[in-house]
Amino acid sequence: MNLNFEFFFNNLPELTITGLAFGAIYALIALGYTMVYGVLQLINFAHSEVFMYGTFATLWVVMAFNAADANGIQLVLILIAALIASMAMSAAIALILERVAYRPLIKRKAPRLIALISAIGASFVLAELMGLRDRVASWVHLDDNLSDYVRKAKINNSMAGVLEKPRYDVFGVSISLIDIIVIVAAVAMMVLLDQFVRRSRLGKGIRATAQDPETASLMGVNPTRTIQMTFLIGGLMAGVAGFLYMLKLDATNYQVGFLLGVKAFTAAVLGGIGNLRGALLGGLVLGVAENWGQAILGSEWRDVIAFVLLVLILLVRPTGLLGESLGKARA
Amino acid sequence: MSFKSKVAGLPTPVKVLVWVLVAAFAYILPLLELPIISTPDSDFASVLFTVSIYCLVALGLNIVVGYAGLLDLGYVGFYAIGAYTVAILTSFHASWPLLLAIPVAVVVAMISGVILGAPTLRVRGDYLAIVTLGFGEIIRLVAVNTEWLGGSKGINNIGRPPNLGDPDKDGLFQVPHLFWGDGTVLVDTKDTTHFLIFGYADAVPYYWMGLTAVIVVLIADVLIKNSRVGRAWEATREDEDAAELMGVPTFKFKLLAFSTGAFVGGLAGALFASRQSFINPQSFLLLFSILYLAAVVVGGQGNRWGVLLGAGLVAYLPERFRGFEDFRVLAFGLALVLLATLRPEGVLPPRRTVRARQLEHELDELEEGSDGEEEARV
Repeated sequence: MNLNFEFFFNNLPELTITGLAFGAIYALIALGYTMVYGVLQLINFAHSEVFMYGTFATLWVVMAFNAADANGIQLVLILIAALIASMAMSAAIALILERVAYRPLIKRKAPRLIALISAIGASFVLAELMGLRDRVASWVHLDDNLSDYVRKAKINNSMAGVLEKPRYDVFGVSISLIDIIVIVAAVAMMVLLDQFVRRSRLGKGIRATAQDPETASLMGVNPTRTIQMTFLIGGLMAGVAGFLYMLKLDATNYQVGFLLGVKAFTAAVLGGIGNLRGALLGGLVLGVAENWGQAILGSEWRDVIAFVLLVLILLVRPTGLLGESLGKARA
Repeated sequence: MSFKSKVAGLPTPVKVLVWVLVAAFAYILPLLELPIISTPDSDFASVLFTVSIYCLVALGLNIVVGYAGLLDLGYVGFYAIGAYTVAILTSFHASWPLLLAIPVAVVVAMISGVILGAPTLRVRGDYLAIVTLGFGEIIRLVAVNTEWLGGSKGINNIGRPPNLGDPDKDGLFQVPHLFWGDGTVLVDTKDTTHFLIFGYADAVPYYWMGLTAVIVVLIADVLIKNSRVGRAWEATREDEDAAELMGVPTFKFKLLAFSTGAFVGGLAGALFASRQSFINPQSFLLLFSILYLAAVVVGGQGNRWGVLLGAGLVAYLPERFRGFEDFRVLAFGLALVLLATLRPEGVLPPRRTVRARQLEHELDELEEGSDGEEEARV
């Protein structure tokens, strides 16, 4: 293993910005983990698949409107449609997940490990359904009409070439426009969500349920609805993440969720699970640390860095960087 | 008198006899080639070997998850350490005999359990799950990226167990398999297992080896569970603070559970490596940690028979229905969701849970009663 510090120091600003862009995507996915954990104290293992469906929704919209030939305002409209589709798809999957895999268990007050197993099972089902979507389409006899969308089910699905990726020179630093869009959009979404949870009636309900579900329900907060809304918000954020991920990387496949999910969860724990601002901080720190580390150590160590960072943080500061729970957040 | 108490009331020699018969049946199972349960699309003995390895892993993980209540999502890491230690010692960097390498592998796995456990067992609950998950992935990724460990190509020519008897003269003796025709059962003298030659083609001797390991671990498990250590684990799982107040050094016992689990995991990995004769990092994906955990939870964590059943299901069902190859994972996922929602305690919950449920039920009734009184007062 040779350390490449020269490359690292020569490209520090570029590496940081790319790292922040990845980190912003991690942070958006991490929100889903952190909110569900805050309210239910459960690791929503299937959240990674919620994100994965978002990336496919983006891809399908881009394919359906033939975005490769579009330009200017048309392209912007198509991308907005893709964003909405991605959010809708992810939110729908998250709601189904809550209804099928969680609600029956929460009602029974089943042990938490069982909820984890149920989520793992749901995660397998969701990922495999996407992987086998050519078969699913042929069951409902749509395979002829949808062949473009379901073919190559098990291999990479790319929308490469749809977007130009202009880079600008700012004070000698080459910056990709996409990176800036990703970072700004993600941070804006997070600020919006943070304010929503702090100020809105529903946000208060979510925080109250996180603090003490029984008392909250005595005060008129409907726990089932609150949990549902928590999943919905997590799904919407994962949809945004899926869209931004496609902007940045162009390609997806049915197993893309797994590693990203693990990393996003790492980000959530890193920042302090249950803490919305912690998720943002954790995501950005993780993204930057990964990108710096891979510049120095080589890209094959990228994933190791994330996990080592996680283990170290938990040993030094087990509650995460901002160690605060969803319930304790003040309005 | 219920069935259970009738069985418990049998005299000891009868009970021992029953167990011996069960064990004997397990040993000859691959020779019987029973219809229906045999796997049509893959070698039945190989499948049984996989089942025995899963049983071993599940027993080990059950100590960590079921007895001590520590959620471990990186158990495959210890399995990998056992497998890699054997691979390195018998093939890649030395040429030790397997029987010498296995104890070393097991001890290395156990030490790594202590090293990982000492700092991490102080954090509680879900964080432990994530730290162990990270650990399992680190082990695999380090193996992928380190040439000294064979990199992503892996290691081959891993040592096999020593033969009994001369391999050229078909071992000590030959054991025929059965052949099931239409309504007739024949002894197939052409299809035999050589006792006891660990070759490439015939998986039956490996299955016997795995089964022996399972039985030994099972006996040790019974002894530990009924000892002071087992009770200390249970107390720690139920209420750590109360256990500490009662004089149980909970941290020490958690560490013990963790390293005992690592010990068994390392053993399973070592046996697996010697059967496969080839390992690469793909054999130790995070998915396997999840499958092992599923085996433990599906069967009923904390109950060793439930856990064995869970391991059997998780390892056997996908092989039995290989014909539906593409839909295996889908069906497995569906089964997990259904099982979790319909039978949250697992297929065979431990007896404690049943008792605890009764207690809970009584408490609920008491609470309802007091609610009624309050209403009456209002």
